[in-house]
Amino acid sequence: MSEQFNLEIVSPEKSFLKKDNVTEVVIPAFEGEMGILKDHISLISFLKPGIIKINSGNEENSFYVDDGIVEFKDNNLSILTSNIFDISNTDKVKIQEMIKEAESDLASENLDDQRRFIISQKVEVLSSLN
Amino acid sequence: MASLDDLKKRISSVKSTQKITKAMKMVAAAKLRRAQESAERGRPYSEKMNNIILNLSSGLSDKENAPKLLSGTGEDKVHLCVVMTADRGLCGGFNSNIIKKAKVYFKRLSEDGKTLKIITVGSKGYDQLKRVYKENIIENISFKESKNANYFDANKVGKIIIEKFENKEFDVCTIFYNQFKNVITQIPQEQQIIPLKINEDETKKSDESYEFEPDEDEILENLLPKNISTQIFKAMLENSASEQGSRMSAMDNATRNAGEMVDKLTIEYNRSRQAAITKELIEIISGAESL
Repeated sequence: MSEQFNLEIVSPEKSFLKKDNVTEVVIPAFEGEMGILKDHISLISFLKPGIIKINSGNEENSFYVDDGIVEFKDNNLSILTSNIFDISNTDKVKIQEMIKEAESDLASENLDDQRRFIISQKVEVLSSLN
Repeated sequence: MASLDDLKKRISSVKSTQKITKAMKMVAAAKLRRAQESAERGRPYSEKMNNIILNLSSGLSDKENAPKLLSGTGEDKVHLCVVMTADRGLCGGFNSNIIKKAKVYFKRLSEDGKTLKIITVGSKGYDQLKRVYKENIIENISFKESKNANYFDANKVGKIIIEKFENKEFDVCTIFYNQFKNVITQIPQEQQIIPLKINEDETKKSDESYEFEPDEDEILENLLPKNISTQIFKAMLENSASEQGSRMSAMDNATRNAGEMVDKLTIEYNRSRQAAITKELIEIISGAESL
């Protein structure tokens, strides 16, 4: 029996990615990284800034996400996210800009702890890409 | 009767108007296709979002302590209405239809003694509402610079609404927009987004229990603000498709009317030319006879 399941990543503007031969997906869930294999229990969770790693056969893709919601059901994994890009073809300048933006957000005073945590996560992940 | 020169001028001016309306129709048709495509592409996201929220809220055990965005503030005094219109005119009844729908709703609210607050999205709505409801309008948002409806803009509106909700500035939020049915029909819609109304008919209760990480409440709290932006984005997409559709049919009508007018004027022109010629002939003949 194959170990593959379906993956769909949708952004508000379009269906970003659709694959039916995925063997493993690692998602940056809010409470830590989470690996999803076939026949995982039904799951709903949300994401913090991080890297989604998609393993499909001999191919491996990585995407950066800002936030999102994950639903896994009947071997269909749906990831809803508003900000996602492929790491392999994004230039460093853009990443730098995003880091700067996040850092300036972080500098502002009126942030609650959760927000602060999320943004500092973002800075960390983005810096590790550079 | 207008002189021949006047008629000629009028014919040429109607013709050039017709050229403009024809061009606008073409442009609207092209934009409509794009708007429709993006409305279709945006559908999976809002559908999935809806599904997840349904699953979550139906599984919610403690309804009392549910997030306020879902259950409401428990009061029903201050209503916030988000009226979404276009930034441009010349699109038939598109803007006025939304305004009409909104005004009926406003009237009902004031009869019930509720407080009304209005946010207008799109400058045409603001122009039409400011005459009567100037003091009710608390914000006027316009995205004239953005070419297409995009999520970034929708998110901005969503954030404003949530911020106002958290500051307890209103209890119920309703959005008004045009739903795109086809090129000739757009249905003005009112949709309540806070507190969220869950359509029970669509509830396909899954027996399957989900694993939530972290717990339901926290996910809901994270999800509901996103859902607001998503709903607004959906409304924006529907609106932009409707706007182009409405403009296309309005311009099509205008082009046809201009054509009819040109025909009528041309007949009149030819008739008066003929009359002038006949008159001249009679003058010549009677002049010759008298000699």
